[in-house]
Amino acid sequence: MSESVLALYVFLLACFIGYYVVWGVTPALHTPLVALTNAISGIVLVGALLVTGLDQAGFAASAMGFIAVLLASINVFGGFLVTHRMLSMFKKKNKG
Amino acid sequence: MSIPVLPPSTTAIDLAAMTLSPNAQAMAYLLSAVLFIFALKGLTHPTTARRGNLFGMLGMLIAIAATLMGSAVQTYGLIIVGIGCGAVIGIIIAKRIQMTAMPQLVAALHSFVGMAAVLVAIGTFFNKRASAELTGLLMGELSAGIVIGAITFTGSVIAFGKLQGLISGKPVKFSGQHFINALLAMATVALAVHFGLTGALWSLLLMTLLAFILGATLIIPIGGADMPVVISMLNSYSGWAAAATGFTLHNYLLIIVGALVGFSGAILSYIMCKAMNRSIINVIFGGFGSDNESANTATAAAGQGVKSASVEDAIYWMEDASKIIIIPGYGMAVAQAQHALKELMEQLQARGAEVLFAIHPVAGRMPGHMNVLLAEADIPYDLVMEMDEINPEFPSADVALIVGANDVVNPAAKDDKSSPIYGMPILEANKARQVYFLKRSMRPGYSGVDNLLFYQENTALIFGDAKATIEGMVAALKRQ
Repeated sequence: MSESVLALYVFLLACFIGYYVVWGVTPALHTPLVALTNAISGIVLVGALLVTGLDQAGFAASAMGFIAVLLASINVFGGFLVTHRMLSMFKKKNKG
Repeated sequence: MSIPVLPPSTTAIDLAAMTLSPNAQAMAYLLSAVLFIFALKGLTHPTTARRGNLFGMLGMLIAIAATLMGSAVQTYGLIIVGIGCGAVIGIIIAKRIQMTAMPQLVAALHSFVGMAAVLVAIGTFFNKRASAELTGLLMGELSAGIVIGAITFTGSVIAFGKLQGLISGKPVKFSGQHFINALLAMATVALAVHFGLTGALWSLLLMTLLAFILGATLIIPIGGADMPVVISMLNSYSGWAAAATGFTLHNYLLIIVGALVGFSGAILSYIMCKAMNRSIINVIFGGFGSDNESANTATAAAGQGVKSASVEDAIYWMEDASKIIIIPGYGMAVAQAQHALKELMEQLQARGAEVLFAIHPVAGRMPGHMNVLLAEADIPYDLVMEMDEINPEFPSADVALIVGANDVVNPAAKDDKSSPIYGMPILEANKARQVYFLKRSMRPGYSGVDNLLFYQENTALIFGDAKATIEGMVAALKRQ
């Protein structure tokens, strides 16, 4: 099995996990869900690090990698923090 | 943010000692993927949600650390600067953003993911070309990443513009729109094939350009109130962009995360469309709400006249009510009336009334928008109900108070087969004993359909700014 086929296996199985996990999310938290998935999709940062961190990366690749690192980092930090801010606001009755 | 920068000589030694083996790195990625799944799972309930978010942060931390410690990352200068600046910007944005502006923020952040995916793909192309590792398959995967990323980017930029009011929220339609989109899409695919076969830089760049244009032309015809679907769709795209990047880099973590996010957005889009009784195709190509072609029985009802009421009239009904259901819509967000609503809730509760909030799935400009605003105003989430839970409660409610919502309570959706919104599930406010609408004007809702509820016997409209009206009610209740 080639690496690309293996990748396809992983991808399809992960789709099923996503399907079942997300259906369980309560509608009240749909905005935090969007914000959180947004933060998580900042995982492209990993790709940006691999492009930028390569020793032999030329100028063009380094420049693009750098901007990608910057953008993805904004996503990661901003996304998780704003999700945290939102979730901290959800309170039950009689709890302040 | 203080990241210790070591002198070059020691850096080399330390980093050599720190390098993770590929297997160790893969295990770390696996752990990170599991943590992300738990993060989403946490959102099943508000009590576990914050812990879920922490799992997400931990997963991200592990993923970044494992990548930096792997053998593929050899230079750190640009990375440290990039992450440092990104962290500062991200933290400032997250702290300052107003909750009503959450849809715009999310759109902006989606655009960053899209752009990052494009840059990573093109950067990978340059790196792999330099090391002569380009293959047809890799270039095909690169093309997928670039096209999805580029569409996500410009699509999100347009969505941001519409939400921020920089671009008209009205659907922008012109003749031959679908034809032009189809042409653009075909040209993009043709260039991707050409690039895959030849590896020519010009076809790569032209393909990227066309995909950018396509992202804009796809989103521009979609109107403001369909934004919950657009946001969900772009959320999904940003996930697929991450997954495509994972395929090019043979990075399973990116693939898994991309699939999770992609499906999350897709499910949300489905839920939103269902709540409007429209297909995703109809939303994407629809340009809903632009034309008033079906001036139907609703307008006939206009002859019956509309009752308008004062704050005092409403208070007369509300002060002795035992059950009041409040229905917030986008108008509440615009008027920033959520805090005033909380005061109203407290005044009514102090008089022994049961106060509940009813949320339609597509209320606001993104999924769950209203829930966050009510939470911001410290309204307990167990008083905030979804459509299916609250509808059986309306017949026993003394008052339904509608704050800036319109189409989602229009009985035409149930009764009028000729109505464009026929079949859309609604909040059955019309079944309450008395209905009050807080409205700025008689303008119809986003769909352009007149609201039959206005003309119902037991309905009255209170004109004016929602926040001022609610504050007036609170003051009146306090006086009594």
